[in-house]
Parts: sequence; structure tokens; C-alpha cells
Amino acid sequence: MRFYEYEAKALFRRHGLPLGKSQLIEGPEQARTAFSALGGGPVVLKSQVLSGGRMKAGAVRFADDAAAAEAAAAAIFPIRVNDQACRSILVEEKTQVEKEYFVAITWDGRAKRPVCVFSDMGGIDIEEVALSHPEHVSKTHFSTIVPLMPHVAKQAVAATGVTGSDLNKLAPIVFELMKIFLAYDLTLAEINPLAKLADGRFIVLDGHIDLEAEARGQHKKLLADLGIGDDETRQARPPTAFELAGVRVNSADHRGVAGNVVEFDGNLGLVIGAGGGSLTLFDAVRKHGGQPANYCEIGGNPSMSKAKELTKLILSKPGVEKIAVMMNVVSNTRVDIVARGVIKGCLEAGKDPAETIAIFRIPGAWEEEGFKILKKYGVDFCDRSVSMYDAAGRAVAKLRK
Amino acid sequence: MSILLSRDTQIIVQGITGREAINLTRENLAYGAKIVGGVTPGRAGRDIYGVPVYDTVRQAVSANAEKGIRVTGSIVSVPPNFTQDAIFEALDSGIELIVVVTENVPRKQVAQAVEYAGMKGARIIGPNCLGIISPDECKMGGVGGPAANTKQAYKKGTIGVMSRSGGMTTEIASTLTAAGLGQSTCVSIGGDAIVGTTYAELMPFFEADPETEAIAIYSEPGGRMEAELAEWVTTHRSRLPIVAFMAGRFMDEMKGMRFGHAGTIVEGKEDTTAEKIKRMEAACISVAERIEEIPALIRKRLAERKR
Repeated sequence: MRFYEYEAKALFRRHGLPLGKSQLIEGPEQARTAFSALGGGPVVLKSQVLSGGRMKAGAVRFADDAAAAEAAAAAIFPIRVNDQACRSILVEEKTQVEKEYFVAITWDGRAKRPVCVFSDMGGIDIEEVALSHPEHVSKTHFSTIVPLMPHVAKQAVAATGVTGSDLNKLAPIVFELMKIFLAYDLTLAEINPLAKLADGRFIVLDGHIDLEAEARGQHKKLLADLGIGDDETRQARPPTAFELAGVRVNSADHRGVAGNVVEFDGNLGLVIGAGGGSLTLFDAVRKHGGQPANYCEIGGNPSMSKAKELTKLILSKPGVEKIAVMMNVVSNTRVDIVARGVIKGCLEAGKDPAETIAIFRIPGAWEEEGFKILKKYGVDFCDRSVSMYDAAGRAVAKLRK
Repeated sequence: MSILLSRDTQIIVQGITGREAINLTRENLAYGAKIVGGVTPGRAGRDIYGVPVYDTVRQAVSANAEKGIRVTGSIVSVPPNFTQDAIFEALDSGIELIVVVTENVPRKQVAQAVEYAGMKGARIIGPNCLGIISPDECKMGGVGGPAANTKQAYKKGTIGVMSRSGGMTTEIASTLTAAGLGQSTCVSIGGDAIVGTTYAELMPFFEADPETEAIAIYSEPGGRMEAELAEWVTTHRSRLPIVAFMAGRFMDEMKGMRFGHAGTIVEGKEDTTAEKIKRMEAACISVAERIEEIPALIRKRLAERKR
């Protein structure tokens, strides 16, 4: 889950990382006060939004006086960046930057360790720098078991050719960032740019923090301190009302999974699973020219009520007339329970299961019992001899009729 | 033949009194796996389908040692908050092969466990996986479900299967079986961003197994595992033809959205299916667009090799 810049900076401040003076404002009318509180010098106003590309979108602006600051704030607030809304604006003193550095800590799934990526060419796209100037980018892996030592950070900085007092000022910042990364179960801790000012000081100009969703429970205090609520999912795009209803369906009952509902604008509802099966089936539907109304994942032996509620939710979406119920060969999900659930869901939505369920393809344990129920209601079903791809094709063909 | 495990592998189940673990124990026993102990703290003295329960892994290991049985495998099926400790406990008791079924373990904890396993010379499969199966030999984990269903989908043969999805491991095996291609060993490697054992790390085992003739893999967006496999295959001049199925192609245009598994997210260009397919094809790995194409592609590659 991504932090807003001001939240990332609040975390950095706790750990003594150097930051410029700033004020957070909730509306354009607060811009004047913030401007004078920062000393009346030139400022930069930055949209607090869960997306990169702020500068390009016009959501970062500069101002030399109070009136200009207010105008800039008024212009920034309505701007959505990659469909993400502006929550607030961080007004910061504008600094004289002499040089920009880049540092990011993330996980390397191949090395199965954290890796620190450092560059003395910050501020620009690091992937491009790595291609054009590889000698200016260092990658330093470190242990998660051996106590972290400052020399690891020093090595990361020195590897790009940085020396002298710059090295000695940068290394402790990088070291602290490594410690923050491990301490809070982050998946990304990035400072870009990390700026050297004209007066020789180093400060964090912008930061990006991602905390692993699975570790939220262990960092409740931090999240509470930062004011991040349990209901904030912080996905790449804000959840729709339909998706939030999907979350409620899944959390209403602990048995199995019927979740990860993602809304699309098509007409074929999908009750599909599990993790890999859903990816495979969603591709198959699209390959046949079908238009999915949603993505979802059922699995882990969901209860009948879960399958039923998910079916009802999907059928409640305007434009959805048919659903396809499909999974890979299942290991621990009971086919008959899912069959009962989706049929009941159709009935409770006032629809005929035979007309509504375009195809039912869930092979595995208890499939015979499942097939009996499906037959009784006249639902079209198939076993594993029909591939996932062909089952998806049958569903798509029915919508064309 | 099988890799990693055999019909003689002596196995314990950590968290054996949990709902999922009870099922898994029954299914594994019914398939012929030698489950010789279970661990749930505070529950020593009970038994699950005849398997004695101990308070600690050490107790389970020593009680078996007294009978001349050397425990080398463990299936970890405990809640996420206890998983790291369970893995470390197994490693400290000399367990060599640990299958971690649990989902939602934070990756720092996984990374620490994997690093520690490396120091101990042990291997972790998973987390967030359904385990390993060598048809007619042994299985560790929920892969395939009840024994009867497992026997229907998995048949002994010469194809090695590796998959980031547990369910798709069975779908692929079932498709191979239906086409008359049996499997040597199938490994559900787990769907997390960091897993104990990657495709490339399993390759030397398959490479050394005289009965494995080809490999089928299930792959999806996110991570560098396919790139690592492509590199391994090229640098080691692998004797094994590989056919990969790539799911989640729709995700290439949906940067930052997480689908499927915890590790399934497109963050950079290298995470996309397009890029992965390119890399794999450059390493002579055939990429199937549909699961049902896998058997024919494998046969084609095997025939080419013999010529």
C-alpha cells in the first residue's frame, strides 16, 4: 500500500532524515497562510496523490508570492493524476539544488534479498540511467538476518564514484533508509530526488513508500499515527462501489475466498477462480472477443452463501445478463457447493439459472454431485474434457446469440 | 523417478490440528505419503488419523529417531503470523525440505527464512503453494486434493511441471494425463513475490533426473523468475525442452494493479507477459497460448530433439 508523500516524509522525519520546511494544506484558501508560515520565500506546491507523473499532469507548481500560491493551489486541487484524486497539497520552501541523487530499496525476487539501488544521477528515470550510464547506478544486496552495518550503505554510494564529504553525508541517509525499509516491512522505500543544496546540505525532496499489505497488522501503530484507516486499500486506482461491495461479500464470511473483485465495463459476468485460473480464464474470454463485466477469484472452498452473494452482486451490475462460472481443476473446493451457491444467487436475483449461467466448468472433487444439481436446473455444464479456453468460448458465443 | 521427495520421505505436518492441515494430512496419507508426526503446541499426545501430535518439531524428530526413522520433510500449515517461526523451528531441527502452504506471509519474513534455510543447506517450497507431487510415489501438500482426485489428474511419467499457481498445477497435469503424458514430479512453487525455490533453482534437479524428458511451466506477470529461467536454460545448455503457458496477458496494460497472487503485479516493463514471452522464446522455451496446446508442443519438441 502506497503512502502519500506527506506520510512518507512524516516517517522519514521520525527517523531523523533531513527534510525541507513544509506545510500541508487541505484547501486553496490555506495556501496564503502556509506561504507566510514558510517565511515568504518562493515555494513549490505539490499535489498529494497516490500516483507518479504529477509534474507532467500540472499537479506540481511554483509560486513566488501568496496570491500566486493560492492560485496554484486552486489549479492543483481538481487535477486527477492517473485517475487518482488530490487529497491535499504539500507546500514546501523552494531550495537551491546543486545536484540530485537517487536511492531506492526494494526486494529482489531472484536474490530473495533487499537491494539498494543508488545513483548520483537522480531526478530522472532510473531505468534509463541504468541503460545509458550503468557506471552511475549501483545495486547492493543486503542480508535480512545479519545485523545491518553502515558500511553496506557506504559501499552503495561509493560504487558510483561519490567520494569526499558527499560520501560521508550521503551514506548515513542511505543507511537510515535501509533500516526503515526493514523495520516497517516495506516493499519500496525511495528518495528521489535526494538533493544536495547550494549550501552543502542534503535533503529529501520527494519520497515514495510502499508498505506490504500483508504486514499491515504488524504496523497498526504507525498507520494510526499517520491517520491511515483500515478501509484505505490504496490500490493503483481507487476502488469502485461495485468493488467495495465485493470486499464486503468476501469479508462477510471467513470460509474460502470470493474476492479480488475488479470492475470492467463488459456484459459477461465472471464467477471464476482461483488465482492462476482466473488470470487464464479472463484472458480466454477476451481472446474469444468477450467483454468481461468483472474479474474475481473464488477458491479455498468458499461457502454456499459466499458464492451466492458474489453471483447476486455481479448480476446486479447494469448490463450483465449472463455469468460464466469457471475454474481450473480444483483441489479443495467443493464443486457442488459452488453450484448450489450460483444457482441460488440467480434465483434470488429473480433470474432463471438455465438462461443466466452461460457455462459451468469446475472439475474436481464432488463434481458428480455438482453436475446433478446443475442438470436439475437445466444449466449448461462441462467437465475437464472441455478446456478452460473452450469453456470460455462457449460462454462468449451464447452472448452473441 | 522423482525429484525432491520419494515414497520413503518421512514427513511431519506443522500445525496439524488446524482445519486445512487435518484435510491435508488425510489426503496425503491416503495417497501414500509417510506422515510420521504432527506439531501443534499444547496438543501433544493427541493423534490425527493415527499420526501422533507433538508440542515441538524437536520432539517429533527425536520420537521418530528412536524408532530409527529420520524425518526430513515438513509441511507448514500454520496461520501467517506463526509461519516464520514454524519454518525456523523446522530448520533448527534439521528438516531438509519444507513445504510452506500458508498464504499472506510478509516477504521480509519469507526472505529471512529462505536466507536461514540457505545457511542450513535446506530447501523451502512456497509459501502460498499447494506443494509437491511425484505421481505414485509421494505428495506433500494439498496438491490434487483428495487421493482419488489426485490419482485421476496425475499419472506417473516423464514430464516435470512447475507452476506459480497451485490450481493450475493440477489443470496442466490433468491435461497432460488426458493426452497420455505422465509426470515425473510437479511442483507448485508458490505465488508470492519471494518464494523459497524458483523455476531456475528446480532445473538442476530435473536436469539430473534421468526419467524427466521435458518440462511444462505455468507462468504469469510479475517478478523476474521467467528471465532467470531463460538465463539458466541458455547458460547451462539444458537438455530438457520446456513449454510454458503464460496467463494474465490482459495485465500488461494495467500497471500497478494486483491480480491473482501476491507476486502478480506489473510494476516495470520486465514484469509484463510480452517481455517474459520474448525472453523465454529467445531461450528456446516454447510459449503456449492455451493449456491444451501444451501436450502437442511437448511432443513436437521431443521429436525435434530426437532427430
